[in-house]
Amino acid sequence: MNKKKRRVFPGFGLSLGFTMLYISLLVLIPLSMIFFYTLSMSWSEFWQTISEPRVVQSYKLSFGTSILAASINVIFGVIIAWVLVRYPFPGKKFIDGLVDLPFALPTAVAGISLTSLFAENGWIGKFFSFKIAFTPIGITIALIFIGLPFVVRMVQPVLQNFETELEEASAILGANRLQTFRKVIFPELLPAIITGFSLAFARALGEYGSVIFIAGNMPMKTEITPLIIMTKLEQFDYAGATAIALVMLIMSFVILLIINGIQWWVNKRFQHE
Amino acid sequence: MKKQITSEPFIVRISLTFIALAFLTLFLILPLIAIFVKAFDQGLDVYIASITEPDALSAIKLTLLVVSITVPLNTLFGIFAAWLIAKFNFKGKSVLTTIIDIPFSISPVIAGLIFVLLFGAQSSLGQWLIDHNMKIIFAVPGIVLATLFVTFPFVARELIPVMQMQGKSEEEASLSLGASGLKTFFYVTLPNIKWGLLYGVILCSARAIGEFGAVSVVSGHIRGLTNTMTLHIEILYNEYQFTAAFAVASLMSILAIITLIIKNVIEYRDGGSRA
Repeated sequence: MNKKKRRVFPGFGLSLGFTMLYISLLVLIPLSMIFFYTLSMSWSEFWQTISEPRVVQSYKLSFGTSILAASINVIFGVIIAWVLVRYPFPGKKFIDGLVDLPFALPTAVAGISLTSLFAENGWIGKFFSFKIAFTPIGITIALIFIGLPFVVRMVQPVLQNFETELEEASAILGANRLQTFRKVIFPELLPAIITGFSLAFARALGEYGSVIFIAGNMPMKTEITPLIIMTKLEQFDYAGATAIALVMLIMSFVILLIINGIQWWVNKRFQHE
Repeated sequence: MKKQITSEPFIVRISLTFIALAFLTLFLILPLIAIFVKAFDQGLDVYIASITEPDALSAIKLTLLVVSITVPLNTLFGIFAAWLIAKFNFKGKSVLTTIIDIPFSISPVIAGLIFVLLFGAQSSLGQWLIDHNMKIIFAVPGIVLATLFVTFPFVARELIPVMQMQGKSEEEASLSLGASGLKTFFYVTLPNIKWGLLYGVILCSARAIGEFGAVSVVSGHIRGLTNTMTLHIEILYNEYQFTAAFAVASLMSILAIITLIIKNVIEYRDGGSRA
């Protein structure tokens, strides 16, 4: 777009003004409260709040279950995307549409449904000799549910636009199918997989609604970080809640930076165009 | 039949299809079926009674009220923001795009928390509001604000790529022929973006209806007053009124299914340009 035309094209001032006003009132000012509020705490107070054993345990739990769920979603998400794009089967359109269910279904609804399925006497839970609901496994299941569409929907379009000529060339040159997948297809999918993973992971880290029902919420065992913030708020410990919220915000930010870094490295290594 | 060199052996295809379908059945289809089975566990009478009792009705009304305020506001914002980002080049554009995505990467609990910090009784603004008899936190305005925050990227996110793809030559043609900016928007831009807009509005509504964490923080859970549908489900569930909880949940699931159907219809009409 060239600069001279900008003056002719209408609505710049209005849309800039409205957008900035809206974002400032709704996002920037409220969000800045977290930093102002934390600044009112002393460093030792802050450190004590965020390094309490119960809180540290919740970081580990939230982090561990989110990574596990996002990884499982990568494996099955790629398989699902592959099957949806490459193989014909009856009811495919229906299944394809259903993949977005976790985006459309309220998290609380998903939470109570998964809990009833995976409880000891539930349809699925009764087939297992160990407990699933009210353990970290249950939390992971809820996080798999909410993160599933991210990987599928990132990988699917890449597979759809993939040129089969590349696969043919690879096969003609003597590669077997697995080699073709590993060396030709997978590198093309990798950026989409990483993006899908990071979206699913970021979503899982902050998830609340679907998790609290299936988690059981036992301190030191199945208490996720967002729940600790909630508990502190209910006790009117605003400073404590805010300090932990700040830790979560910084964690998400650092993770996004790391993932962007990996993405950049992958693009550099595999994409030669 | 000739052997396909770009496909897998039959047994691999069957196994992969089976794995994919089994996984989706376990994680998507069974939970969906379970909601309806449990909702009708004790028959149709109990189901109808659960969704027509006064607390349930007031929860449904509140949810509809919140949606009817937040969705139009965020749609308006989405159109302005997308117009700005797709049609103009300016400094800080990428920063703005990142800011629009913030609610996607923030825990809903934190989304609720920031409004408690801003308007709660412990803040000076909150004190001022109390002195002037205005209630935001633990009242409907707080619920609206938290929902606005959580759902505000949806319309903008859908419109930006659509508008960017459209470019601005059509609008320029209309403007050079003498049409006003507003007329150009309604007669040239809007017809081009209508499906993307509709899709964004639907996603925004689905999330506004279903928001739980953020709303839970600011609502105060006052029955009949500040309980949305999702909060009502939580209360029923925690009181072991499972059938009633699933009955209300089934209403929301029907909405979710309708959302998915509309989404697929839009994608179909769009010529499958969006995956």
